[in-house]
Amino acid sequence: MDKGGADAELDERLSALRAQYGEKVSINELADIIDGILLTLHGNISQKDLEIYQEIESLVSFIRNAKNEIAALCPEEISTEHIPIATDELDAIVQATEEATGTILGAVEGIEVVASELGNAQGDKIAEKVTSIYEACNFQDITGQRISKVVNALRHIEEKVEALAGAFGEDVRAASDRNRQNKKKRESAQEITDEDLLNGPQFSDDAASQDDIDALMASFD
Amino acid sequence: MAVDMNMNILIVDDYKTMLRIIRNLLKQLGFNNIDEATDGSMALTKLREKKFDFIISDWNMEPMTGIQLLREVRADAQLKDIFFIMITAESKTENVVAAKQAGVNNYIVKPFNAATLKGKLTSVLGPF
Repeated sequence: MDKGGADAELDERLSALRAQYGEKVSINELADIIDGILLTLHGNISQKDLEIYQEIESLVSFIRNAKNEIAALCPEEISTEHIPIATDELDAIVQATEEATGTILGAVEGIEVVASELGNAQGDKIAEKVTSIYEACNFQDITGQRISKVVNALRHIEEKVEALAGAFGEDVRAASDRNRQNKKKRESAQEITDEDLLNGPQFSDDAASQDDIDALMASFD
Repeated sequence: MAVDMNMNILIVDDYKTMLRIIRNLLKQLGFNNIDEATDGSMALTKLREKKFDFIISDWNMEPMTGIQLLREVRADAQLKDIFFIMITAESKTENVVAAKQAGVNNYIVKPFNAATLKGKLTSVLGPF
């Protein structure tokens, strides 16, 4: 096979790139490198060279589209907002069920004392039911462990998303930041809808107390 | 031989709710001397300070797990004969096999009921 013309130039260009970037390049640099290779392809181009050219061109286009799509997804939003909110909500569930179970157990322990003071058949029946409640309260430990597994899975996803965003480089990150800013501007410019008001329960640190609500209501009078 | 209802029992779990449930169920069964620890290392400290006859431990705890506690207990000449029951949500065969190989006396899967707890205690201590 003739190693002159486009092949020789391509070899030369590839050697130069290898010298410049080494054997491994980041995804971010790949499109530029491929562009650079394409620019050197001129002169005596065969049908095979042309096919390679088209394949490489479509690869460049694919990588650019993928970068744009990832930037539009705002991957930082997933790791800085969505997943932390989800894990905080799950932690709040564990805390709330633990507190509720503690309250239930406290009440049942009181009933158990009364049952033993009765010391008759009715007392025995109550004690039996108290045992059933103790058994049922097992759920808190099991749900807590299951939720911990979900939290760990979410943290794993968060790490992968961060790695993916990092692999696509600074320009994707910058485009993603711009998209997020634009989204926030659009949201703040819009009127609050009924859907926006469906926030669900608040975390105890953020939640308004009944006194706060009363004060707010009174401020309208 | 009659079971000594005054034996010292150490329950180990990182969920306070579970400690409370197990303690209450043991009291209902008639056991009077129950102490608590929230992980394996705290349990080991207590085991080396005071004589215990029975350990009921969870598996999944930090920094020292229940299986690590079991291995430490079985490797310690002073503690190796203490009865040890694992109460855990870890129900895979490999967990049970590992616990058995480490020297567990019995194994209870969460969620459990009072009858199961009594049954496993009976299998280790004899009828009470």
